[in-house]
Amino acid sequence: MFGPLIAKPGSSQSNKTGSWRSGLKPKYLKKNCIACNMCAIICPEKCISGEGKNNYDCDYNFCKGCGLCATVCPKKDIEMVKEEGK
Amino acid sequence: MKQFIEGSHAVAEAVRLCRPGVISAYPITPQTHIVEDLAAMVSEGKLDSQTVNVESEHSAASVVLGASATGVRAYTATSSQGLFYMMEVVFNIAGLRLPIVMTDANRAISAPINIWNDQQDTISLRDSGWIQLYAENIQDTVDLHFMAYRIAEDKSMMLPVMVCMDGFTLTHGIETVDIPSQEEVDKFLPPYKPLYKLDVDNPMTIGPLVDPEYYTETRYAIEKTHEEALKFIPKVMADFSKAFGRNYNGLVEAYRLEDAEKVIVAMGSVCGTIKDVIDELRSKGKKVGLLKVVSYRPFPGQAICDALKKVSKVGVLDRAVSLGATAPIAADVKAAFFGKKKAPKVISSFVVGLGGRDITKDSIKEIYRLLGTKELSGEFIDLKPELLKESYE
Repeated sequence: MFGPLIAKPGSSQSNKTGSWRSGLKPKYLKKNCIACNMCAIICPEKCISGEGKNNYDCDYNFCKGCGLCATVCPKKDIEMVKEEGK
Repeated sequence: MKQFIEGSHAVAEAVRLCRPGVISAYPITPQTHIVEDLAAMVSEGKLDSQTVNVESEHSAASVVLGASATGVRAYTATSSQGLFYMMEVVFNIAGLRLPIVMTDANRAISAPINIWNDQQDTISLRDSGWIQLYAENIQDTVDLHFMAYRIAEDKSMMLPVMVCMDGFTLTHGIETVDIPSQEEVDKFLPPYKPLYKLDVDNPMTIGPLVDPEYYTETRYAIEKTHEEALKFIPKVMADFSKAFGRNYNGLVEAYRLEDAEKVIVAMGSVCGTIKDVIDELRSKGKKVGLLKVVSYRPFPGQAICDALKKVSKVGVLDRAVSLGATAPIAADVKAAFFGKKKAPKVISSFVVGLGGRDITKDSIKEIYRLLGTKELSGEFIDLKPELLKESYE
């Protein structure tokens, strides 16, 4: 007899981790972005994407608000701001 | 002073009051808040201790082993996989008779990985020689730490003690807890005076290789000390009760056992739920009761036999399994009654609440319902058969 051990791929997409944010979320200012892609690379949720300068955004359905993108941004073009209603 | 406080913070306060000289631990859910708090206390100057940052639990246990061997009071905390990573050192600490106190936030064991509560981690290390005490609520957990050091460091004991608290249920639960003052704790727990220590001015070796001529006696001595601990632990608890005004009755706690026909034997935080169910069922005229095991090692076989000899049906609730054999506490209870004339007619065994599955009032009622004339062995409660498959595919 066997118990549940195997999970099919793709299941993490249905787990919307955005609800984990506790107060702060990143705001993409889109003023000084040089498209270095560092924010997209460091994001543990891989929920940041964009092409070209001043064109990066994140998917708030999955962003946990960890703030790594804001920390790593060499141009300080990402700001952690208060969540509306929190 | 009474505080409305998270379990982990309360434990950190208790440990601070015990004035350990060396603290070393490695973070692991759900233990992390405890040592996080202690580290903050040290950096803020509220606790005069040396915290040693390490790269693993194996090293954390080794650091407190070494520290304790030099004659200082030492503390560590861990959980689940972390405890297993410490395992070799855990046995060493007991073998060397070092009075270290460890908090374990009880958590399930991989695989599959699961961070939630059951008691498989500490129960799996029951043979290590450590004294294991299990807490029902946060106040219990706090108080057991003061008693743990008193027991561990007594010259007649010199054994390490694990204070086991259910992960999340107690570590992350918030309760009103009476945190005693430093003066009160100092009075109850004097500074540690080691029997012997590693000292450059008076060199000696602790824990050298022993051949078959000597090894057996080291184990025999620990075994005999555990037997003595069965008498000593209640003494310390009585002292504590007298000093702090909260009652600790010893190795086991009986709840509404008078005239009880059906009794559950259990350990840890689930006892609170069971007590509520008992009150409910008693008000409907059902004769039910609980025997809470506080000290799992040493196992209080005689105290359990004395408490349950007139009970006809006993259900032992295990939050762990011994895969391929009788569940751990059930096996010990049955062994305690073997050959006794006055014994329950039925001792059934139930496995419940693994990997954080909630043990609800209904789960407990189901156990009382199943406690009939037929003896059940390793009955899984709240099982979901729809998740099981006959073949691996």
